Amino acid sequence: MNVNQSAPPLPPFGQSQPVYPGYHPSSYGGQPGSTAPPTPYGAYNGPVPGCQQTPPPGVSRAPPSSEAPPASTAQAPSGQAAYGQFGQGDVQNGPSSTVQMQRFPGSQPFGSIPLAPVVSQPTVLQPYGPPPTSAQVTAQLAGMQISGAVAPALPPVGLGYGPPTSLASASGSFPNSGLYGSYPQGQAPPLSQAQGHLGAQPPQRSAPPQASSFTSPASGGPRMPSMTGPLLSGQGFGGPSLSQPNHVSSPPPQALPPGTQMTGPPGPPPPMHSSQQPGYQLQQNGSFGPARGPQPNYGSSYPGAPTFGSQPGPPQPLPPKRLDPDAIPSPIQVIEDDRNNRGSEPFVTGVRGQVPPLVTTNFLVKDQGNASPRYIRCTSYNIPCTSDMAKQAQVPLAAVIKPLARLPPEEASPYVVDHGESGPLRCNRCKAYMCPFMQFVEGGRRFQCCFCSCINDVPPQYFQHLDHTGKRVDAYDRPELSLGSYEFLATVDYCKNNKFPSPPAFIFMIDVSYNAIRSGLVRLLCEELKSLLDFLPREGGAEESAIRVGFVTYNKVLHFYNVKSSLAQPQMMVVSDVADMFVPLLDGFLVNVSESRAVITSLLDQIPEMFADTRETETVFAPVIQAGMEALKAAECAGKLFLFHTSLPIAEAPGKLKNRDDRKLINTDKEKTLFQPQTGAYQTLAKECVAQGCCVDLFLFPNQYVDVATLSVVPQLTGGSVYKYACFQVENDQERFLSDLRRDVQKVVGFDAVMRVRTSTGIRAVDFFGAFYMSNTTDVELAGLDGDKTVTVEFKHDDRLNEESGALLQCALLYTSCAGQRRLRIHNLALNCCTQLADLYRNCETDTLINYMAKFAYRGVLNSPVKTVRDTLITQCAQILACYRKNCASPSSAGQLILPECMKLLPVYLNCVLKSDVLQPGAEVTTDDRAYVRQLVTSMDVAETNVFFYPRLLPLTKSPIESATEPPAVRASEERLSNGDIYLLENGLNLFLWVGASVQQGVVQSLFSVSSFSQITSGLSVLPVLDNPLSKKVRGLIDSLRAQRSRYMKLIVVKQEDKLEMLFKHFLVEDKSLSGGASYVDFLCHMHKEIRQLLS
Amino acid sequence: MATYLEFIQQNEERDGVRFSWNVWPSSRLEATRMVVPLACLLTPLKERPDLPPVQYEPVLCSRTTCKAILNPLCQVDYRAKLWACNFCFQRNQFPPAYTGISEVNQPAELMPQFSTIEYVIQRGAQSPLIFLYVVDTCLEEDDLQALKESLQMSLSLLPPDALVGLITFGRMVQVHELSCEGISKSYVFRGTKDLTAKQIQDMLGLTKPAMPMQQARPGQPHEQPFVSSRFLQPVHKIDMNLTDLLGELQRDPWPVTQGKRPLRSTGVALSIAVGLLEGTFPNTGARIMLFTGGPPTQGPGMVVGDELKVPIRSWHDIEKDNARFMKKATKHYEMLANRTATNGHCIDIYACALDQTGLLEMKCCANLTGGHMVMGDSFNTSLFKQTFQRIFSKDFNGDFRMAFGATLEVKTSRELKVAGAIGPCVSLNVKGPCVSENELGVGGTSQWKICGLDPTSTLGIYFEVVNQHNAPVPQGGRGAIQFVTQYQHSSTQRRIRVTTIARNWADAQSQLRHIEAAFDQEAAAVLMARLGVFRAESEEGPDVLRWLDRQLIRLCQKFGQYNKEDPTSFRLSDSFSLYPQFMFHLRRSPFLQVFNNSPDESSYYRHHFARQDLTQSLIMIQPILYSYSFHGPPEPVLLDSSSILAERILLMDTFFQIVIYLGETIAQWRKAGYQDMPEYENFKHLLQAPLDDAQEILQARFPMPRYINTEHGGSQARFLLSKVNPSQTHNNLYAWGQETGAPILTDDVSLQVFMDHLKKLAVSSAC
Repeated sequence: MNVNQSAPPLPPFGQSQPVYPGYHPSSYGGQPGSTAPPTPYGAYNGPVPGCQQTPPPGVSRAPPSSEAPPASTAQAPSGQAAYGQFGQGDVQNGPSSTVQMQRFPGSQPFGSIPLAPVVSQPTVLQPYGPPPTSAQVTAQLAGMQISGAVAPALPPVGLGYGPPTSLASASGSFPNSGLYGSYPQGQAPPLSQAQGHLGAQPPQRSAPPQASSFTSPASGGPRMPSMTGPLLSGQGFGGPSLSQPNHVSSPPPQALPPGTQMTGPPGPPPPMHSSQQPGYQLQQNGSFGPARGPQPNYGSSYPGAPTFGSQPGPPQPLPPKRLDPDAIPSPIQVIEDDRNNRGSEPFVTGVRGQVPPLVTTNFLVKDQGNASPRYIRCTSYNIPCTSDMAKQAQVPLAAVIKPLARLPPEEASPYVVDHGESGPLRCNRCKAYMCPFMQFVEGGRRFQCCFCSCINDVPPQYFQHLDHTGKRVDAYDRPELSLGSYEFLATVDYCKNNKFPSPPAFIFMIDVSYNAIRSGLVRLLCEELKSLLDFLPREGGAEESAIRVGFVTYNKVLHFYNVKSSLAQPQMMVVSDVADMFVPLLDGFLVNVSESRAVITSLLDQIPEMFADTRETETVFAPVIQAGMEALKAAECAGKLFLFHTSLPIAEAPGKLKNRDDRKLINTDKEKTLFQPQTGAYQTLAKECVAQGCCVDLFLFPNQYVDVATLSVVPQLTGGSVYKYACFQVENDQERFLSDLRRDVQKVVGFDAVMRVRTSTGIRAVDFFGAFYMSNTTDVELAGLDGDKTVTVEFKHDDRLNEESGALLQCALLYTSCAGQRRLRIHNLALNCCTQLADLYRNCETDTLINYMAKFAYRGVLNSPVKTVRDTLITQCAQILACYRKNCASPSSAGQLILPECMKLLPVYLNCVLKSDVLQPGAEVTTDDRAYVRQLVTSMDVAETNVFFYPRLLPLTKSPIESATEPPAVRASEERLSNGDIYLLENGLNLFLWVGASVQQGVVQSLFSVSSFSQITSGLSVLPVLDNPLSKKVRGLIDSLRAQRSRYMKLIVVKQEDKLEMLFKHFLVEDKSLSGGASYVDFLCHMHKEIRQLLS
Repeated sequence: MATYLEFIQQNEERDGVRFSWNVWPSSRLEATRMVVPLACLLTPLKERPDLPPVQYEPVLCSRTTCKAILNPLCQVDYRAKLWACNFCFQRNQFPPAYTGISEVNQPAELMPQFSTIEYVIQRGAQSPLIFLYVVDTCLEEDDLQALKESLQMSLSLLPPDALVGLITFGRMVQVHELSCEGISKSYVFRGTKDLTAKQIQDMLGLTKPAMPMQQARPGQPHEQPFVSSRFLQPVHKIDMNLTDLLGELQRDPWPVTQGKRPLRSTGVALSIAVGLLEGTFPNTGARIMLFTGGPPTQGPGMVVGDELKVPIRSWHDIEKDNARFMKKATKHYEMLANRTATNGHCIDIYACALDQTGLLEMKCCANLTGGHMVMGDSFNTSLFKQTFQRIFSKDFNGDFRMAFGATLEVKTSRELKVAGAIGPCVSLNVKGPCVSENELGVGGTSQWKICGLDPTSTLGIYFEVVNQHNAPVPQGGRGAIQFVTQYQHSSTQRRIRVTTIARNWADAQSQLRHIEAAFDQEAAAVLMARLGVFRAESEEGPDVLRWLDRQLIRLCQKFGQYNKEDPTSFRLSDSFSLYPQFMFHLRRSPFLQVFNNSPDESSYYRHHFARQDLTQSLIMIQPILYSYSFHGPPEPVLLDSSSILAERILLMDTFFQIVIYLGETIAQWRKAGYQDMPEYENFKHLLQAPLDDAQEILQARFPMPRYINTEHGGSQARFLLSKVNPSQTHNNLYAWGQETGAPILTDDVSLQVFMDHLKKLAVSSAC
């Protein structure tokens, strides 16, 4: 393990564990300038952990606990296991707590409370999940223990600190008994880890200290080393920069000091690290110094502080206070590791209960009986056998299902199975569809349903003999017997009114009020539609799309167009009876594009002209949808409405809205009303739409409040999408809008769909999240469903599960294809069941969990105050982690934060959710934005939520230009930005290009074609097309990022220190947010406190 | 003025007036004993090529309750420049412009030959005529095609500056905007929803809800006319557009499943048309022309459901109170008609279908507004095409034969009061000193509105003599009546036509002979018939017949010469001699008999009867029969079965039908092809003669009659057989074998029987 640590990736883990230290830094972080160093830390930390491990042995106490680690380390060499240990080791950051305390009081409400926890935090993060095997677990456990060992010391501290008020005394106590005594004990293992952490932390701290108490001797000592580190050389910042640099360089030294100070540790460390050590020590030293600096109180309380060198005890506590951000679990590291470990081999779905690679990993899937993770991802692939266990763990059991997910070209789309006139073969009792898990018995004459155990006869035409294993001999010839995902052709029984559906229709409904005309939207749109209509979705190799199109324009009244091919000119039909909408024509409204091309082109040419002089500013909305729906009804087909709308519908009509935007409601009990629709009319309308299979896609172009919460009700309930382009201007937003439009029009859609999730006995789907409508408790009705839409399903126990048989899911989606064919798509997934909670925690997927929790929370805001929702999330998260701590982790001090390997990112991600605009809006976030995001998230898949909540930050100038691969991402924190670099940040909706103030001129020139940083236009949205490698690479990268996302991300160039930077910083989710969101470190502290409360 | 006949004819030609009595009984009591009320048929706009309108305004009596117009009957003091009103005896100063008048320099209105005079009002804005086509698209393809062609053709007949609009309807109602370039634009309304005028105007964007906005921008008062005329554009501007638009009109695209009628929203379409004009051009001459090919089947005003298995209501259903939609629909159309009348617009109905189209319910639209009603089998017939064309026919001056928004005011001298009017008019509810408390027809007012009228539109106006018996009119006293018709001429001028007539009073006891001699039995028959038809609209048929009979008997008792209880002694004077015969035919006419007629047909016949002039009305009551034979020139013959002979060709004109009937022999000859042989050219001429005469009638009549060419034994011969007096029936078989005519298979009484009964009753002292 230790060895591994040396590897950069590992270290981070180690760091991650140190979480605690991180806190300090953050608090210190007060000085942003110093951020640059972080990256180096990462590497350093790596080594540190190693040191830590070594220390354990050294330490007398540690030995027992530490021994384990060593063992692990021994294993580690081979690989990740080591990490695990490290992680554990890291956890113990206890000492730093004091530092934290200081901060908290100062900055956040959290602070005060957290402080105490922070202190306790020393616990190690076990996370290292990488090795999911039991070995790892044990390693982790071992680590835990170790940390536990350490912890003992810490806990006391923590306790003492607990009460914020008693800081002084606490601190006092620290040096005296608790800390001291404890240290020695825990130190060995913890220390080493702690040191590692500390090392990382220290730097940060050091900065503050320096700034504040420059003269302090302590600082002098440690700093010096740090100074020597890269930082100094790198930056001229002085104080702040120093601190960071210090960290980097200093770690080793620091480590040493603590080690030395610690009881025996000092000794061990050196030997252990040998090579690494020096650096470590430095760091540690540095950390210590800073630690003290920051804590004036401490200083006083700790007489020892000055005597740094001499009194190891005190210093130790200090370091722990500062949690090193590098020491806490890093999403980037986890993602990288998963990529490296699992990206190379295809994921074969044959085995039950396998946890698939992360969504951020590129991998191929081979369907061998279970649905691809592209279709279904679960929060856990191992379900507790009893509901008691499930309740205890509090881990939500949910599946995120994307029934029509697009597959990469290398993977085949589901086979279509035709069972002929009798239709798909189903269980007579529960109606489950034939799937690979069905058991054929009695020589193949019957089969037993795997969901309800009912024995069914095999119809004669389906009969086949069984082989010696009881398997049908034709199993591999039939997709439904061998694959996880496949489709059935539906018979007429599966169609509305027992009639095969006619091909669906697209209706384009364009707002032509003054705003829409003035912004140039109408002209742009009409121009685009002319060519876009050639790319309507078609099925398979069809020559042309079967989809018919229709056109409506509207302001206060609606204009329908007759574009029948036989007409020389289109005909416009105005319907002003908006109170009682109807469709004025049947024949000629929905037409085949190729037949009516001339008329359509003529129409699209004329629409902008006709309304060029309009003065109508009022619009209607509900009647427009009503009209589209009625049109589909009249044509007896399903379809999709594309609505292009600009303003709050205030014209006298059903669904009329008033401006009710009221920021004063934020943070009150009435805040929820901002997310609720103004009127129930839209729900009713949506219901009718769903009944007709009318899906609504809404493109909004508001200049001011349009009440997205209300307008998006219908799209939301009909499985449509909402796109919002605030203050739309053709010059700036054209590309984004057109790109979204093209994609939206071209994407393959299923219409008039019903989805049902069946489960084997014991669990049952109880709750659904997503863009759809439900008229009963089991059937998810989707007027339209495309490849981007996801439905999250929550399961609950209703009986005992059996470890042997596991749990089965079958998701059946009945839909009408683009060509008007009625089909059933079936996805099957088998999960394991466990009687040990540890199994559950070992088979979780944090990304999916976050997807579920975000959706759960985002729905919660409709009914509860936002604060309640946030608290619920925090509590649940704490419960999950506490349960793990209590039941799975080896006993350790309460002061340690121990995270399950699979969930070590849960806190950071959850914090991102909590800080998101919906749950904690900043001043610049409008009510519409919040509502918009809220509904977007509702149907996001796991990959989308992952990047949405934790944006990707890619350094562009770090890696050599020639390297073809994407540069490795860095953590979303300001500290990770270097002012000499350029970064791309994306979260699936936004794309920023951040330019550091001291970027090389050459880079500026080759990217922006201007000579200096100051000449770069802030807010630029397009990079000039330049013929040089860097420009090509960056633009190529931007393009590839856009291609990965379902919506076009508009680029915004942000210059360091520019006012736009505020916007950008909003996405640096590990930092404290302006709206009061906690930094990662702070949150981790808080989480730890919560857990401790639960445990005690 | 040799005879009353000549006097009557002269009066009719000059003034367009025919009175039932041309000498008036001088007391109320006597007048009521005359049985036939004092009344007249007035043709307000009778064509007078010899009467050039004067280009100044009339001089009014200054008494505010009178305001009669200066006329030849007024006494004038040329020296004092004063004139005395002959109605209220107010003395009035002539206006300054008349200072030059003297006995030898009289203004036209004082000359006796100008008892009817027309003034042209110069002031006031002239607004163009408006034609709003409301077109049913639920037609068969060829029907629609024919209709489209007719409509396109009509554009060329309209005055270039006339405004024209188009509304089409089927399941939906479309109001077409005519001003737009490129895309044709229309406003669509649901055919099932009744909308108020305000809603319609809002939805068409005709109202200015943004009043504040307009105030904010004072510079656009001109926008109003622009907006309002989006749907009504001058013909010359949108001629091409509209022609194309009409050309592209498609049949209603909504599918009609087997066993269903197409959904036709006539009620809403009319409502929208009315609302459109109401909002844009109130009190301006406008015609709403409804072209429909079937009954309204949905929405307000629906007459029958869309299930074909449920037939449209018949008289039988109505009697059984089994016509589900009738009352509601009638109410709807009455409401529309009244609104239209208030706005001074008129509604024409052109209904062409083989089955009924709901004229019964819709009749008021035409009746109350003076619109036309045309009923045909198909738009693809000459009957419709020529009728429609004739609407736009022009008079000797090149003006359309149509006038709009007329008000007719009747002033009477104080011995008389006006009791009511029957014709295409609505009451304006103007009470005045000359309004009788008794109502005959539409009464209780001295003014009526006639929204659309043409030179033949004729009203029956009924009076009441109110002079008390004990206050005799001085010898030689004359009663006077002034008819003042203000209207919008088709040239868009406002005009006033004034007709002032006077008749002598006579004491009925001492001068009954005079009164009797001055009886106009034709006018009386028509006036009584109008009363009867008017009653028939609201009363049961038998009651009306009984009333008519009683009136006839009373008249005979009053004016017949007979010995009591001796029917054979009964004689009527010449001036009464035809009257009973008219009544006989009236009783058999479709105006009072609904048997064999659909409710629509009855409405159609009654509509025309209530507006045609005397001659036409008489034809309707008692059709004319001409005979063509080798025995002499064509001659009128008795409308009797005895006139149907084998060697005759008969030409019958019932006003609604022109029937040419070839007698048995003639038919055989024609079948044998004699007419094609040169040696039988005279036969050819004989065959041709009635055709030519019929053509002549066809040319002149509006609406075009149904033209029937049939022969002995032909199925269409029934039209003739049902009209003739059944003097020979299967009941009096003795006629069989005689050369005297053809027997009619009917149980109806013949004229002979009728007269016998009448005599018996007249002479009996029982009643």
